[in-house]
Amino acid sequence: MTQLALVIDLNVCVGCHACVTSCKEWNTSGWAGPMADEEPYGKDPSGTFFNRVQMYEVGEFPATETVHFPKSCLHCEEPPCVPVCPTGASYKREDNGVVLVDYDKCIGCKYCSWSCPYGVRELDEYQKVMKKCTLCIDRISDETKPEAERKPACVLSCPTSARLFGDVHDPDSEVSVAIRENAGYQLMPEWGTKPANHYLPRRKTRIQIFEDELIRADNPLKKEEAVGEIIGDTIDDVAM
Amino acid sequence: MHPAFSVIFLTTLIGAAQGLFLALVTAQVYAVDGILPAQEPGFYVQGSFIALVLLALGLVAAAFHLGKLEYFITRAWRGMSQWRTSWLSRELIALPIFMGLVFLYFAAHYAGLHEPLFTIGGKLAVDATLLIGIVGAVMAFVLYISTAMIYASVRFMQEWHSPLTVFNYILFGLASGFVLAAAFAATVGSDLVGFFTGWALIFTIASAVTRGASLYRNARIEHKSNLQTAIGVRHPRIRQKSMGFMGGSFNTREFFHHASDSAYDMMRYAFIALVFVVPVILLLLDAPLLAFIAQYIGLLAERWYFFAEAKHPQNLYYQSIA
Repeated sequence: MTQLALVIDLNVCVGCHACVTSCKEWNTSGWAGPMADEEPYGKDPSGTFFNRVQMYEVGEFPATETVHFPKSCLHCEEPPCVPVCPTGASYKREDNGVVLVDYDKCIGCKYCSWSCPYGVRELDEYQKVMKKCTLCIDRISDETKPEAERKPACVLSCPTSARLFGDVHDPDSEVSVAIRENAGYQLMPEWGTKPANHYLPRRKTRIQIFEDELIRADNPLKKEEAVGEIIGDTIDDVAM
Repeated sequence: MHPAFSVIFLTTLIGAAQGLFLALVTAQVYAVDGILPAQEPGFYVQGSFIALVLLALGLVAAAFHLGKLEYFITRAWRGMSQWRTSWLSRELIALPIFMGLVFLYFAAHYAGLHEPLFTIGGKLAVDATLLIGIVGAVMAFVLYISTAMIYASVRFMQEWHSPLTVFNYILFGLASGFVLAAAFAATVGSDLVGFFTGWALIFTIASAVTRGASLYRNARIEHKSNLQTAIGVRHPRIRQKSMGFMGGSFNTREFFHHASDSAYDMMRYAFIALVFVVPVILLLLDAPLLAFIAQYIGLLAERWYFFAEAKHPQNLYYQSIA
């Protein structure tokens, strides 16, 4: 069975929010209706987003690091938000594992958001239905698009390629290899929700260099040392 | 959690209505056996009418919990479809069934269907009103459990995820219902005031024990999630610098109570006084109507606190504006 998911490389993400804006642009323009904004130019702008990028400071100053942390629905393999829905509006697709909300059935009771430990469901203040990341379902399943464009908007827009998209159940997929070889992990594993999305950890890039590799023993410039100290004015000193 | 007034009123109103109905049916069952004096049919008619009014008010409050009021007509019926997995769906089924049974109970007493249908042991005469009452009583408990399990089944809210939540909902409902029954009996001059008052005291004190136990448990609760597991970075010192936006969002509105620490503490003291202490004193002073008013206001505070004290793990992601 296919389980589509994102793999987000925290070592690569620079926190530019390109995924946030491209997500909003694609999904607010689609068939499912706008993602409402309230007071977008006011003092307290608020709106529906499927994707947010947060920032965390790790460590004690001055030894601190900034972790940019993109956050969207993790498309759990055991989604706790789905069985609690009283109307059946919340569901997980059998064919590709994407967790979706049927906006025509949702009554806006918010119970699913209570049952999501990650806080990735947001009630749309205009339509008054629960919304969440669809993995751009209308885009990835659109066969009129070229294969290379059948990816979520956030993945296509990421300038550093921090976001990978694919089937985490296929052991040879790009995402599965990335998870396996780069220590991919899940968020809040303690709840047993089995998120399909994975994160790749921050890692230090270290290269081993030996002293004799830094200083070339037969460097011809070293010969100049034999000339010794320059005495008297140089040509620059006497220049008019 | 943000305490929503729709749910605060819904749960307190229907809880009291179920308790009042159970008080009426209990009195009727005891009267059949001659343990308690039989009442005029008008007693049950008026009593179940009060329960119906409270249930209807609860339903109005519930409608305000929907995203839009129009969903009550256009979509709410779908809420009954997922009863296999969702306690909310089960409540949405149990509530109208219970309301229907209370109405039938009211109508049967009003129509005077007191002809015994059969007798048990040649002594206990069972009529239509009693049959409806007993089925309704079972349904009242089904509804109590469904309502409570909506909260108790959410494992992410560790403050709620406990059998104590179910006991609290049942006992608060019974306590307020029996206090209301005592007030009603006193108002119509029935001789059941003492019976209802006695059970009202028992349920109020029992609810003080279970709610006290949950307050104790919640004050010492160890939350499963922390910032380390939330973002998957193993470092003892992590601070959020930005939650990705500067205004509010659904996540900052729905999952925080936004009250000051002192208001939060005041609410706890208020409900402890108004739900337990004041009603017990007023019941002992033979003032059941005042006791009900005090306890109902206290239960509103209790329900507010119930929501406010639940800490959702998603809040870990929403610690710092910027």
